[in-house]
Amino acid sequence: MPKVKVDGVEIEVPAGATVLQACELAGKEIPRFCYHERLSIAGNCRMCLVEVKPGPPKPQASCALPASEGQEIRTDSEMVKKAREGVMEFLLINHPLDCPICDQGGECDLQDQSVAYGRGASRYHEHKRAVTEKYMGPLIRTVMTRCIQCTRCVRFSEEIAGVDEIGALYRGENMQISTYLEKAAKHELSANVIDLCPVGALTNRPYSFEARPWELKKTLGIDVSDAIGANIRIDARGREVLRILPRVNDDVNEEWLSDKGRFLVDGLTKRRLDRPYIRLDGKLVPATWSEALAAVAKIAPGSSVAAVAGDLVDAETLFAAKQLLAALGSTLLEGRQTGLAYDCSNLAAVNFNTTLAGIENADAVLVVGSHVRWEAPLLNTRLRKAVKKGAKVFIIGPEWDPTYKAEFLGADAAILNQLPAHVWAALQEAKRPAIIVGGAGLAKGALEAALSVSDQLGLVRELEDGSQWNGFNVLHMAASRMASLMLGYAQKGGIADIAAAKPKMLLALGADEVDFAKFADSMIVYVGHHGDKAAHVADIILPGSAFTEKAGIYVNTEGRVQYADKAVFAPGDAREDWAIIRALADALGVKVGFDSFDALRAALFAFNPAFGQEGLADYGALPKGVTGAAAGVIAYPIADFYLTNPIARASATLQRCSAELLHGETQKEAAE
Amino acid sequence: MALADKDRIFTNLYGHQPWNLDAARKRGDWDNTKALLEKGRDAIIQEMKDSGLRGRGGAGFPTGMKWSFMPKESRDGRPSFLVINADESEPGSCKDREIIRHDPHKLIEGALVAGFAMGARAAYIYIRGEYIREAETLFAAVAEAYEAGLVGKNASGSGYDFDVFVHRGAGAYICGEETAMIESIEGKKGQPRLKPPFPAGAGLYGCPTTVNNVESIAVAPTILRRGAGWFSSFGRENNRGTKLFQISGHVDRPCVVEEEMSIPFRELIEKHCGGIRGGWDNLLAVIPGGSSVPLVPAAEMIDAPMDFDGLRALGSGLGTAAVIVMDKSTDIVRAISRLSYFYKHESCGQCTPCREGTGWMWRVMERLRVGDASIEEIDMLWNVTKQVEGHTICALGDAAAWPIQGLIRHFRPEIERRIAQRNGGLQEAAE
Repeated sequence: MPKVKVDGVEIEVPAGATVLQACELAGKEIPRFCYHERLSIAGNCRMCLVEVKPGPPKPQASCALPASEGQEIRTDSEMVKKAREGVMEFLLINHPLDCPICDQGGECDLQDQSVAYGRGASRYHEHKRAVTEKYMGPLIRTVMTRCIQCTRCVRFSEEIAGVDEIGALYRGENMQISTYLEKAAKHELSANVIDLCPVGALTNRPYSFEARPWELKKTLGIDVSDAIGANIRIDARGREVLRILPRVNDDVNEEWLSDKGRFLVDGLTKRRLDRPYIRLDGKLVPATWSEALAAVAKIAPGSSVAAVAGDLVDAETLFAAKQLLAALGSTLLEGRQTGLAYDCSNLAAVNFNTTLAGIENADAVLVVGSHVRWEAPLLNTRLRKAVKKGAKVFIIGPEWDPTYKAEFLGADAAILNQLPAHVWAALQEAKRPAIIVGGAGLAKGALEAALSVSDQLGLVRELEDGSQWNGFNVLHMAASRMASLMLGYAQKGGIADIAAAKPKMLLALGADEVDFAKFADSMIVYVGHHGDKAAHVADIILPGSAFTEKAGIYVNTEGRVQYADKAVFAPGDAREDWAIIRALADALGVKVGFDSFDALRAALFAFNPAFGQEGLADYGALPKGVTGAAAGVIAYPIADFYLTNPIARASATLQRCSAELLHGETQKEAAE
Repeated sequence: MALADKDRIFTNLYGHQPWNLDAARKRGDWDNTKALLEKGRDAIIQEMKDSGLRGRGGAGFPTGMKWSFMPKESRDGRPSFLVINADESEPGSCKDREIIRHDPHKLIEGALVAGFAMGARAAYIYIRGEYIREAETLFAAVAEAYEAGLVGKNASGSGYDFDVFVHRGAGAYICGEETAMIESIEGKKGQPRLKPPFPAGAGLYGCPTTVNNVESIAVAPTILRRGAGWFSSFGRENNRGTKLFQISGHVDRPCVVEEEMSIPFRELIEKHCGGIRGGWDNLLAVIPGGSSVPLVPAAEMIDAPMDFDGLRALGSGLGTAAVIVMDKSTDIVRAISRLSYFYKHESCGQCTPCREGTGWMWRVMERLRVGDASIEEIDMLWNVTKQVEGHTICALGDAAAWPIQGLIRHFRPEIERRIAQRNGGLQEAAE
């Protein structure tokens, strides 16, 4: 723990800290452009120069200089002030200063730091450099003349994403940041460079010229595009969500967000169900709420009712529907729309126990039937980090590009029953071994087989430092999955049990992936927000709210309970889902025990106190002595990364991503 | 005082004899190299320290001390490497080229001796991209040395395994900077690395590495054969040995010549170059160490000793001893402006002050050349050079700033005259 003096104040800093971190600990702000906590140190912007003694009689880049015992650091000297002014002036001489037409305006590091540390006027009277336009795909808008060559984007794509998509061409003042041959950036996390870019060189293309940051109302939310539950900030103006940005949460998403979660924004306003519909003579006809509720009452299902939950549903809606069915005398609840029927009697066995942050420390990982890069891009970056630290990764399933070194063992799930000797040895020798079972693995009975492997290897163990390690993980893909399992949305035989019960009325809660042909005899009441697959077969449509339009509790794949706030109101006549279910209770003549959202939440917390507190829910210990065999060829469920949920499918941006990035269709504009 | 022929290290500098191994052996190279190595690592390094050899690449860091920074033995299994800087791109410099094309075996033998002394596994010779024939010679010479068992497994019968690789650059000046060179050898974009870590800790492929100039390495075997005392008998205290001077510009006979360190400028020119074109009164200024050191006006230069400390006292430096002589026919502002263009062109673009500053400085210099500026802009330019100098990752920023600083320091009246002349001329025209 070296002691250093920052501007005369002595502080102790952690070993290995840099001078910049020491200054921050001392409460001094150090301006910077290239330095970023989660990227490697480049030291090229030279904005963080400070005076350090002992050392050469010139300012030092604080981001790259290790803090060492007895250093005297000055951040307020004349030398430092001049150095900052100098660097700022240099950065601005070739910057177009087109802030009035720049989307970064108002949240631009260059703008802010130029006001705080700049000289105020330029002495540069020569011609400025201009850079030809670059194409980086449908998500990233580029104005490379504004680029200050901090190389954050280059380092992100190399280090975090693990693909060499972005790089620097040429040298000196002709240096340009570009994708190779101006191809689109294709990685699932590529758009994070928009947040990293300290200037307006890389901006959000769909959001171009939409709004200024100070016009936006910021709401804290949770991403529902996968089961990671990335923490997001929803920026809205009036009734419209304009963009979604990631929030920092080291336990979940660090500060990244997948492109799907970021760009499904425009899907929130398209194909929306904004009024109730009733099917008359095979055609959906607009109706009023009272007509629609009366139609539901007319079904009079009695206890012959079932509920199927979709992937984006919050815990309150799930619980309200559960209460409604209970009042009607039914327990036919299911959330696994596509027919999975794994055993949910012990939730620890279907949870991501290692935690997302914990998996970074694993030193051997066996992935069973998961295309991690598509099913949970943010988990893939964690696995990449683990591999960088030396972890070995083995994957059972068809090959995909993991961006790190991994061995594919084959596509047959049965490999899990008899693992190759070297894999077994690697897992056995590992101090912190882990297994991740994905959705495709669950479909082939890998859960029991994996639990048996876990038992034999002792994946639950005490580490040398006394902490607990649980290396058994299930990776889900639906944001609602863990909450629905906690609320009993699981039949023994899965959705097949529901179909076999032939309910008179099927309550589809945003459930768009169900094979509705099996429910031909049921009256389908759809509570949801998008005119997607289920709306086409529904008999009665009750328009609900998307995740930005209601407060809600989500539980991610590691069992982390997270709260989201309501950012905007639902469009038209759409209502919050819990209120719809409350109205259904009245129409069907039963009592559900709540009259307000607060009462609903209180009942939910009473039912399962885990929901009442943000953080990891406790599911107890893994079951012991489970045996079973996996069988069948693994097939990943996601066919198209960008179009996995109704909101994404409605989004023009993500449709274009799918067409251009996955299916290689050339841009129409380019063809003209 | 002048260097006697018997004391010359580079006896085939002018290519009067063939470069090949047989001829090199006749000149004394590879003569029982095994015995040199048998002195032991510490003894070799001590001998180099005693010889007072300072790095010949420009910075003048004591070579023996640099070698001693390398780890004595590998604690973690990482090998050590020697990188030899033959990316001679400094305008004015042309000494390494002569060594490589006429005496390559001096370099290769030096590589083995130096590599052995620092415990290196292999030497990488990074040769400038434009040196095509020189690279061919070097490839052939290395092949000869392998063939004769002088390098490779059991190099020269010493029991030490040592490889020599020749790596061709692609013509970027910045790759002459040691860490940029390491990046380039690794196949990356040639951009200097941040220090620390220094190459002696983590250099090529993350392994301990020493980067030395061709001349520093090539003189090592001779120093070891003839002794530190012999080498240090030349030159002044702290500036010992012999040195290749490369005199170009307005002298009667531009040449590359090996001379004693600290030789006075006048003697160097009179003896080897036939004097200044048009006589000593016609001398305007000299850039004594390659384009990146400030120029020195005639009056101060004529009797200056040509060594590190002597030229430093004049506010300049010995650099690579590439002496650029300019007589009074020189458009001095244009000359420095051309150098500014060179640095603008060669800046790697990594860090801000150099990337943006070199272009700015060149553009202002171009205007000063024709007087299209105001007097205050001279001060502004001075200020900009100070904003670049010392604020960059590598020394290219300094190298770009110094020539301009030298110009303003010594030739400000000339710049002001041009501005006044143009302004005066414009006024007349406007009337």
